[in-house]
Amino acid sequence: MNIQPFEPSHLLALAPEIVLVISAAVIMLADVNRGRERKRELGVVAALGFGAALVAALLFTLPGLTADGQFGGMIRNDTAAFAFRILFLFAGMVTALIATDSPVIGKEGEFFLVLTGSVIGMNFMALSTDLVMLYLSIEASSIALYALAGSLRESDKSAESGLKYFLFGAFTSTVLLYGFSLLYGFAGSTNLYEIGARLGEAGVGGVPTLPVILTLLTVVVGLGFKISAVPFHFWAPDVYEGAPTPITAFLSVASKAAGFAVLLRLLLTVFPGYAGIWTGIIAALALLTMTIGNLLAMQQRNIKRLLAYSSIAQAGYILLGLAAYYNLNTDGNVGGEHAIGAVVYYLGMYTLTNLVAFGVIILVSRITGSDEIADFSGLSRRSPGLALAMLVALLSLGGIPPLAGFFGKLYLFAAAAEANLLWLVVAGAINALLALYYYLIVIKVIYLGQPKDEATVPVSRPYVFALWVCSIGVILVGVLAGPFVQIAQAAGTNFLR
Amino acid sequence: MSIPLSWYLALSAALFSIGVFGVLSRRNAVGVLMGVELMLNAVNINLVAFWHYGAFGPSTGLAFALIVIAIAAAEAAVGLALIISVYRRRKTVVVDDVNLMKF
Repeated sequence: MNIQPFEPSHLLALAPEIVLVISAAVIMLADVNRGRERKRELGVVAALGFGAALVAALLFTLPGLTADGQFGGMIRNDTAAFAFRILFLFAGMVTALIATDSPVIGKEGEFFLVLTGSVIGMNFMALSTDLVMLYLSIEASSIALYALAGSLRESDKSAESGLKYFLFGAFTSTVLLYGFSLLYGFAGSTNLYEIGARLGEAGVGGVPTLPVILTLLTVVVGLGFKISAVPFHFWAPDVYEGAPTPITAFLSVASKAAGFAVLLRLLLTVFPGYAGIWTGIIAALALLTMTIGNLLAMQQRNIKRLLAYSSIAQAGYILLGLAAYYNLNTDGNVGGEHAIGAVVYYLGMYTLTNLVAFGVIILVSRITGSDEIADFSGLSRRSPGLALAMLVALLSLGGIPPLAGFFGKLYLFAAAAEANLLWLVVAGAINALLALYYYLIVIKVIYLGQPKDEATVPVSRPYVFALWVCSIGVILVGVLAGPFVQIAQAAGTNFLR
Repeated sequence: MSIPLSWYLALSAALFSIGVFGVLSRRNAVGVLMGVELMLNAVNINLVAFWHYGAFGPSTGLAFALIVIAIAAAEAAVGLALIISVYRRRKTVVVDDVNLMKF
């Protein structure tokens, strides 16, 4: 990577983030100037801000338009960063839309302000190629998320959820930071590419292997927390249950994807020479995460906790793709970018799918006042549209063709099979069956249960828009997978070099 | 200049370990936060020591340490706010007592 001197035109590479900062300022001013009853428009303002940032991303930051190595090598605007940026901005927009009608948070300007700030942090997580910038962006998004998780001040559960998330998050991110300080010491630089070049291959060169492996472990702990991999998952169900549901949706998709973006960036640029070691660790984590996530999900009565454990299990499938990186390379015939491309594709489709599922849950729990699975009984007769959206989401999570989830799993398992990780593929397939069991139970309750109440569930316009966009996305990304797979593959290639 | 780099690294590792022990053993949320602060200071010792002995050129290590201090302050501000929010509702900051949600 060549570091370029600063030119004003480089600011274009940050156009989406600049738009988000302006949007945050507008939200703050509107919050001060509006009366209490008109504040529900703030969510729409925030969503428009995210939409404008999406347009800016598509206009100014298409890979190839801007070269890498800008801002002293702090950021790299490649296809990988582009794909993740689009994903975060989209998740932010949908979260703002589904939070608009919330009785408490929908009227609070600071909620949308902090949400925007968190997305800015995540964008920089995908862009950063420097330890300082990386730590700064991780904390910028995490600190905002701690506050968001605890933002329902009238709820005991939300306060508890915010505290738990903060205590676990501050601890693990500091462990990660200790690893960063050691990396700086080994390489004498904070640029990821320079560190990668300095570390080189395991057992070759000046840096002894054992300290590097310790550093690798701190990275796995710090980011294992963000992606909620077993055994760093204890916070996830509690935080997901207690946090305001739009934030639960946001945490389960955007925060997890951001964790994966940084994990891919660090493992593939700093530790490529140690791939033989970390793929082993990742494979073990993948097996544990899938199995424990699915087994615990089967026992849940609360739909938010069920989706929390399901999202832990989904992280396991994604780790399976990451573990497939190394053997592919040694086989020589195919590159590791297949595996990484499958990971990026899966993250994209998982974001769309989980947003639909949480969108429906928020609507139903708002009128029933609880999150029990039994409340969904007979939803198909009350609101056929919502029931259909939930059906699409759950079948996609379960991996039924022709929905996006099927192709996502197919690519992941195919990559793992090419890497000769057959035992992991078998474990993944068994887990996919286990998961299908509890998704189908929810579908059964929705379609065959008796409704307790015949009234339709009220749905507002921003909501209909968000649910339509995501549901159609789930089907499109599956049926017309070609272009999306191409972007994911290009992103995977960018992570490697 | 008679003190070698390894002493600083050992000090930092010890401080980090004390911090980890504090986080894992403390029942009080404020105590846990103090453990995290110790760990952050261990990181700062590492960064400044590496910068001083490594002759790495530009003062990246110093800048990194300053940024860590700033972020630690931001983190403590949000963390203490959350602890106060829990205390107002539950009249306790003992982590074991804050357990409404169990599976």
